[in-house]
Amino acid sequence: MSARARVVLQVLPLTAVLLAFFVVPILFVLAVSFFHYDDFGVVPAFSFENYADVLSEHLTLDLYLSTVRFAAIVWFFTLLIGFWVAYFLVFHVRNQLVAIGLFLVCTVPFWTSNIIRMISWLPLLGKEGLINRLLINMHLINRPLEFLLFSDFAVVVCYVHLFTIFMIVPLFNSMSRIDRALFEAAMDAGMSRLQTVLFVVVPLVKSGIVLGSIFVITLVMGDFYVVKVMSGGGHASVVSAMFDDISVLLFPHAAANAVFLIIIVLMMVGLILRAVDVRKELVDQR
Amino acid sequence: MLTATGKRPWTFYALAGFFALYVAFLYGPMLCIFILSFQGQGGALVFPMRGFGLYWFVDLFTQVRTGDVLGAISRSIPLALIVMTLTVVISVASGLAFRNRFRGSGILFYGAIASLVAPGLVLSIGIGLMFQLLGLPQHWYSSAVGAQLTSTLPFGLLIMFAVFGRFNRAYEEAARDLGAAPALILRLVVVPIILPGIIAVALFGFTLSYDEFARTLQTSGPTNTLPLEIWSMTTNVTSPALYALGTVTTAFSFIVIAISLTAIALIQRRRFGRTLATKPPVAAGGGAAGG
Repeated sequence: MSARARVVLQVLPLTAVLLAFFVVPILFVLAVSFFHYDDFGVVPAFSFENYADVLSEHLTLDLYLSTVRFAAIVWFFTLLIGFWVAYFLVFHVRNQLVAIGLFLVCTVPFWTSNIIRMISWLPLLGKEGLINRLLINMHLINRPLEFLLFSDFAVVVCYVHLFTIFMIVPLFNSMSRIDRALFEAAMDAGMSRLQTVLFVVVPLVKSGIVLGSIFVITLVMGDFYVVKVMSGGGHASVVSAMFDDISVLLFPHAAANAVFLIIIVLMMVGLILRAVDVRKELVDQR
Repeated sequence: MLTATGKRPWTFYALAGFFALYVAFLYGPMLCIFILSFQGQGGALVFPMRGFGLYWFVDLFTQVRTGDVLGAISRSIPLALIVMTLTVVISVASGLAFRNRFRGSGILFYGAIASLVAPGLVLSIGIGLMFQLLGLPQHWYSSAVGAQLTSTLPFGLLIMFAVFGRFNRAYEEAARDLGAAPALILRLVVVPIILPGIIAVALFGFTLSYDEFARTLQTSGPTNTLPLEIWSMTTNVTSPALYALGTVTTAFSFIVIAISLTAIALIQRRRFGRTLATKPPVAAGGGAAGG
């Protein structure tokens, strides 16, 4: 077998799965977004009415603004936490086995159920939850804080809880590849600790930041269940509106919305990727 | 600041405190529902503990109103095993190919990334519509398997990138010089070297499938998988039975994680022992971290 034929065979299954379960389904979504629907059901058609509906609805813009706002806030906090957690593990923990152990401590929850991790905030944030109880017992507040659960606050806490790992892993990888001698050079050049972090570490972990940002932003943009549960139904996101659509079988409307969302998410990722060639950074590691 | 010995700077203590807070933030809530699931019959969704016992675990598996939990588990585990196997085979195969640039490698790579970051519910709807319009029956072992592969394969590929990034091709070339056929090189040289990475891919494949919610929502057919069962419970069940299910499924995940990580650690240790004075072993910590 020639080397060329071997490569074709090696990538064939991946290509087939991506075509059958990613590309073609997206084409089906695109097709259905042109279908017509009324009280009697969905009929194949080629009409732009669903797009006209989505574009003319006041709700659409609100949903996107709300979703993008969540993405921005969550991106900020996950980057802040992820950066310093990775920094601590890579540069401050001296024993490499300990560092890998602590890294795994951060990773383990990722391999468990997101929905369970989301629900696990209920006994903490609720009106009679642990945090309110604690604050009342400490006489810091008289009445329970209402904004803790079923609010934007709860949604953000939950997102940060679920998604910070997606910042930690790429940052940990990028930081591990930094040559320690650079720190001595920076110190010899008279840089302060903060300057070293800002002007030596940050530029060198750019690809890590980019990868992490793509993960976090797309995860928030694609979420529906955290918003649905943690906002107590008070808030919606682009995808949770889609979820409501399909639960009443409004597939064409949901499909038009989905096409918009895909275009916007792909544009965002494309913009981020223009900055850094992530594949080059990933493949040519050493 | 970064010397291997000597006094630690104040930043170490500040960041160590920060890290401890993060770990508490990560595990604290989970710990709460584990504790609350062991309440007595009068148990509620919040502290304080009302009684102590296994009441809600019994309730979870015997009550009809909490749904068919056992049935869901009996589908989710085989589903996870199928997805895991496919993920390992397909990721390793494409990982081997991606060691060199080939025509279309860029498109394939970005296609995989796109399928990973595409909103899960959109893919779920798309696959559901595809099966429906083509008149194909949907089952957890058909449509759901495909849907889940769209997230497990890209993860597997990224891990294989990390693994092969550290792979020394000299071993492979040596085997070729000795006259070994490609299949034999793969079996006797490549696979044993990348075994820790393969276990990491298997761990990702299994757990991502076992916990996948959005991609399974429209693709599991007439029966529920465990995450779908949990989802319907979050809206219907307001008793600690919900927490009991959380405890059961998380405990199961922990067992799977522990087995995988122990296997990786054992392989690394054996390798360390054997090649102590020669080369550093292939880093599997990085392999497990490759996502």
